[in-house]
Amino acid sequence: MMCDDAGLLMHAYLDDELDAAGSAAMARHLDACAACKARYETYAIMQKALSEPTLYRRAPDALRARWSTPAPAVAARPHAARRRSPWVFAAAAGFAAAMLLSTPAWLHWLPARGVGDAVVAQAISSHVRSLQGEHLMDVVSTDQHTVKPWFEGKLDFSPRVKDLAAEGFPLVGGRLDALEGHSVAALVYKRRLHVINLFQWPAEGTASAQAIAQEHGYTVIRWTGDGMRYVAISDVNEGDLKQFVLAFQNEANPAMTR
Amino acid sequence: MPTEPNARPSGADAARSERFEAQVVPYLDAAYNLAFWLAHNPADAQDVVQEAMLRALRYFDSFHGGDVRVWLLAIVRNTFYTLRGRGLPDALHEELDDDIHPLVDDAPSPEAVTLLAVDVGALQAALERLPAPLREILVLRELEECSYKEIAGITGQKIGTVMSRLARARERLRNELTCRPKEVRRHDVR
Ligand SMILES: [Zn+2]
Repeated sequence: MMCDDAGLLMHAYLDDELDAAGSAAMARHLDACAACKARYETYAIMQKALSEPTLYRRAPDALRARWSTPAPAVAARPHAARRRSPWVFAAAAGFAAAMLLSTPAWLHWLPARGVGDAVVAQAISSHVRSLQGEHLMDVVSTDQHTVKPWFEGKLDFSPRVKDLAAEGFPLVGGRLDALEGHSVAALVYKRRLHVINLFQWPAEGTASAQAIAQEHGYTVIRWTGDGMRYVAISDVNEGDLKQFVLAFQNEANPAMTR
Repeated sequence: MPTEPNARPSGADAARSERFEAQVVPYLDAAYNLAFWLAHNPADAQDVVQEAMLRALRYFDSFHGGDVRVWLLAIVRNTFYTLRGRGLPDALHEELDDDIHPLVDDAPSPEAVTLLAVDVGALQAALERLPAPLREILVLRELEECSYKEIAGITGQKIGTVMSRLARARERLRNELTCRPKEVRRHDVR
């Protein structure tokens, strides 16, 4: 491989978009060519820096509220007066306003809520609250041997704490929270830029199958097992959250449990 | 179950709304993030996303399977360029990709990048200075973590174009970060 080819292919290599043969050729070139290696490392640093969460802009609440069924706990907000920039078509504005006024179907119906769904709604508000300000964690640690003892004396049960960094879900901390009138342990995990809250508290009864709910852009997975109830919630996609639950349920590291 | 009987949508509408909320609304953050980086400011980004969501709702019946995120981000992108009034930046293909001057390598010291790249403010400013076609591809790749195939789907480009444009975008961003004071380049397409 020549440096000219390497200059283009190193990006595909960095992005893991090369086939096996291409990757091997690229790796060989980087081993042999200090100049390309230095450039590659620079791009790798830049890529890492671009994953800084503050660069990611999340939709403002007002916008989200407009497109989500209101949660029962949250009073429907009046639509804030929207600042308009001159380049937006007036027609678009008119259409938007008409849609907003004439679509009660969209904004004003509430789904039926069973008992289970109340937990979902509470989990969502706890999750959202946890993301505001400094409320995410009471104990900040990536070490389960620090997080687990932190709960001792604060709860009348001992939560299961596992580090799932190897599975792509690093533990970042924990805090006390409340769900359904119980004091619960909330473990905080990350998936890339996204936060996963895992709530747990003791429960009687036998293990139950997973229940998955989607609301307001969040996925909530609930299950019972080993005398505990678990509720996992995040805005990662459903597949990722399922993978997280599987990783947590996996008893491959039993030393970490109990 | 609707709480107000009068506001009860017809069964079909309710099912459609529910499907839209379950399938499309979860990507509101992705839509807003892309719109923000294209439009440069929160107010315009909100307008773009609002209009894009309305379009998505309108076209939702014609969406049959596939990747919802790719579909929505393509609508956000089209909406941005349409609302801005200049159409899609196809003309820029030539300007950016087809003048095949080889990738310049000014070889700034890696240390300089290390220092600057960790400064989020500098990084944000540098990203904002890139022309929209370069900025959008970096946002899709690095912030949205889209694959080349997904980016190709969103931007309507060939995978090879995605790769070369990404290379150009990174090279440009690196130069913005390291060579900024002596070389102010400003052909922002805005
Ligand atoms: Zn080389």
